[in-house]
Amino acid sequence: MKRILSGNEAIARGAWEAGVKVAAAYPGTPSTEILEELARFPHVYCEWSTNEKVAIDVAVGAAFAGRRALAAMKHVGVNVGADSLFYASYTGAEAGLVIVSADDPAMHSSQNEQDNRRYAQFARVPCLDPSDSQECKDFTIAAFDLSERFDTPVLLRTTTRINHSSTPVELGERAETQPRRAKFPRNPAKYVMVPANARGRHPVVEQRLREVAAWAETSPLNRIEWRDREVGIVTGGVAYQYAREVFPTASVLKLGVVNPVPADLIRTFAAGVRRLIVLEELDPVLEEQVRLLGLACEGKSIFPLLGELDPTVVRAAGFAAGLPVDRPPVPEPAIPRPELPGRPPVLCPGCSHRGVFWLLKKKKVAVSGDIGCYTLGFLPPLSALDFCGCMGASIGVAHGAAKAGLEERVVAVLGDSTFFHTGLPALANVAYNRANVLTLILDNRTTAMTGHQANPGSGQTLQGQPGGVLDFEAVCRGLGIRHVAVVDAYDNEALEKAFSALMRTEEPAVLVARRPCALLPDVRRQYVPLRVLEEVCNGCGVCFRIGCPAILKSDVIHAESRKPLALIDADLCTGCEVCAHICPHDAIPNRDQMRLLEDDGTAACPSGGSL
Amino acid sequence: MDEQRAYRFVMVGVGGQGTLLASNILAEVGLSAGFDVKKSEVHGMSQRGGSVISHVLWNRDGVCSPLVGRGEGDLLLAFERLEALRFADFVRPGGTAVVNDMEIVPITVSAGTARYPEQAHVEAAFAAVGARLLMVPGERLATEAGNVKAANVVLLGAISKLLPLPEELWWSCLERRVPQKFLAVNRAAFAAGRHAVP
Repeated sequence: MKRILSGNEAIARGAWEAGVKVAAAYPGTPSTEILEELARFPHVYCEWSTNEKVAIDVAVGAAFAGRRALAAMKHVGVNVGADSLFYASYTGAEAGLVIVSADDPAMHSSQNEQDNRRYAQFARVPCLDPSDSQECKDFTIAAFDLSERFDTPVLLRTTTRINHSSTPVELGERAETQPRRAKFPRNPAKYVMVPANARGRHPVVEQRLREVAAWAETSPLNRIEWRDREVGIVTGGVAYQYAREVFPTASVLKLGVVNPVPADLIRTFAAGVRRLIVLEELDPVLEEQVRLLGLACEGKSIFPLLGELDPTVVRAAGFAAGLPVDRPPVPEPAIPRPELPGRPPVLCPGCSHRGVFWLLKKKKVAVSGDIGCYTLGFLPPLSALDFCGCMGASIGVAHGAAKAGLEERVVAVLGDSTFFHTGLPALANVAYNRANVLTLILDNRTTAMTGHQANPGSGQTLQGQPGGVLDFEAVCRGLGIRHVAVVDAYDNEALEKAFSALMRTEEPAVLVARRPCALLPDVRRQYVPLRVLEEVCNGCGVCFRIGCPAILKSDVIHAESRKPLALIDADLCTGCEVCAHICPHDAIPNRDQMRLLEDDGTAACPSGGSL
Repeated sequence: MDEQRAYRFVMVGVGGQGTLLASNILAEVGLSAGFDVKKSEVHGMSQRGGSVISHVLWNRDGVCSPLVGRGEGDLLLAFERLEALRFADFVRPGGTAVVNDMEIVPITVSAGTARYPEQAHVEAAFAAVGARLLMVPGERLATEAGNVKAANVVLLGAISKLLPLPEELWWSCLERRVPQKFLAVNRAAFAAGRHAVP
């Protein structure tokens, strides 16, 4: 039976069919749906781990225990987990161990566009690079077999267009695998990586790589498609699809195994074509391998290194280089249109972070931010974030700035899930080395940006079981931080009071601004849209400065100020009251006042979801 | 469009408008009709009220690229007018743009730093591309059918009229995705969309 599956769904399906027993991940676009999907299958333990390093360790432990295991993450998650990837390369495991890296060319939702095929080279592990959903499934199964055959972790590397494209997939049955061990292995020479043992393992790793390379020469994951011999294209991943689309007459060497590459197969292909081209997204990883074989080729001299490829880009570049394109590129039509308003992602109506950023902007403090929905606090009109680098960096950067002797106090801002991800060790560092950093934990009880995954603060596991609920206040106090306050993120007044009090201390301090994300189902059921009292509003515009999508400019102009009144879109407003709190003229009633005003029972209750 | 062996669709709108559901259905319809299909979209940040674009490709001889190139789209389905204008260059000369007559004012406009374009701009853009423009009042027709949220189904109804496939094929794919209690409303919305196309 064929079903249309996204690459992520197909990887989950492949893992399940391969008999995976344990899977762990930290959510991150474009990888998140792999574990969400896998968690729905029976006979697989799936978890959101607190970060990617932990996820890899969890998968390694399960593979040591003789059960097939998988860890999935976005490309930058591999940076977090790299330490574990590298020891696992030396130790190998007792059962199949697959690590999925979902790269994000063009940075649709990421801070960089690193090419993680490099990690496979770096850690000396095999890397598979699928080109559509069918291959996502097939390569996942192949990765488990490869892992067990050569006693190595295998990196399954995808890109956004593979993860989030959907193509038909032939479904199979699960091959139930028997545990390969009853007990944890007691084999120090292999599993205790002290220098003496690691020195013994390194030659094993290098020999393994040679053996995998020999296997790759005849693996069906690599194939030559002979067509016209004038041009031959070496390619892999999504770029294979562009090669077929744009250069339909060219011969193609499609590499499914991109580390180690099959040298003889490449030589055979190169000898069979007149002009050797390498087409790949991001870094010249394959191109470098081809050149190392002493073969002349063209790659990044023709195609861009930055961003995503697509047929238009490939066609234009290929045409300019004299390659046989399907049709010449057409010049873009001159479309007469004004400069179009951007539509940047914004903090949602009712977002519990809005009031916090309003306060931080008002206080003109330096803000060291982090990765999550709240990163959007950098956008105008709030413009309240001065730094954002990677997960968990907010606290350490604020600490370093403080220790450098800045006059001003730097505030670190991060979310609940990010706090548990990598904020925790950084806060321990603040507590230990005593910087006067004020850390704001924006606790919206969920991992919102990636689609509302549970986390240690929410107390539910990925598979819907009750989990431990980690108590922020107790954790912070346990670290020895004496000044810890918790406030309702919607309560502007309490927020400001607590913030000011903590800013007066000269010690490490933590402020937890708590309020569940407005998009959570339970919260959606409680929306009460507010409205602006036209007879009171004078168009002062203060409420326009909080960047709420539900607050619009009215067509009605105030007689004296000559400015447009504010207007609240009842379909978007959740009734968070942040605007009501900051309105200097009390022109926006709060929820209780609204209920009185709308006592005729007509108050609309927008419910989310489609259809 | 009868003898055509391949179709390239681009669906654009604002995060939360139901473009993903519509592109899922469009992909399933293609597969049911015997085409090879691919669908591509981006999740993540773009869904927080940002512009969204999905690509759907049908090809009887096999789809390669999961992306539609600029100037290659046979049909643009825009759930919102500004987004129709933003992605107008995806339509090929002789292609069609079905545009929902709906404005969602971006924060840049409500904050007063930018202006929302006029309908005349939309018309001029597709005229310059050489594409046929069909405006569909999705929200109004959906409201008349019983639920404003069925606007995406109205739009699917509209494009179904432009493609040489039996209406029932569309409906059988839709039916599987729609909760039982909303079937009647969606059936009416789908029909209204078909009627909206001459």
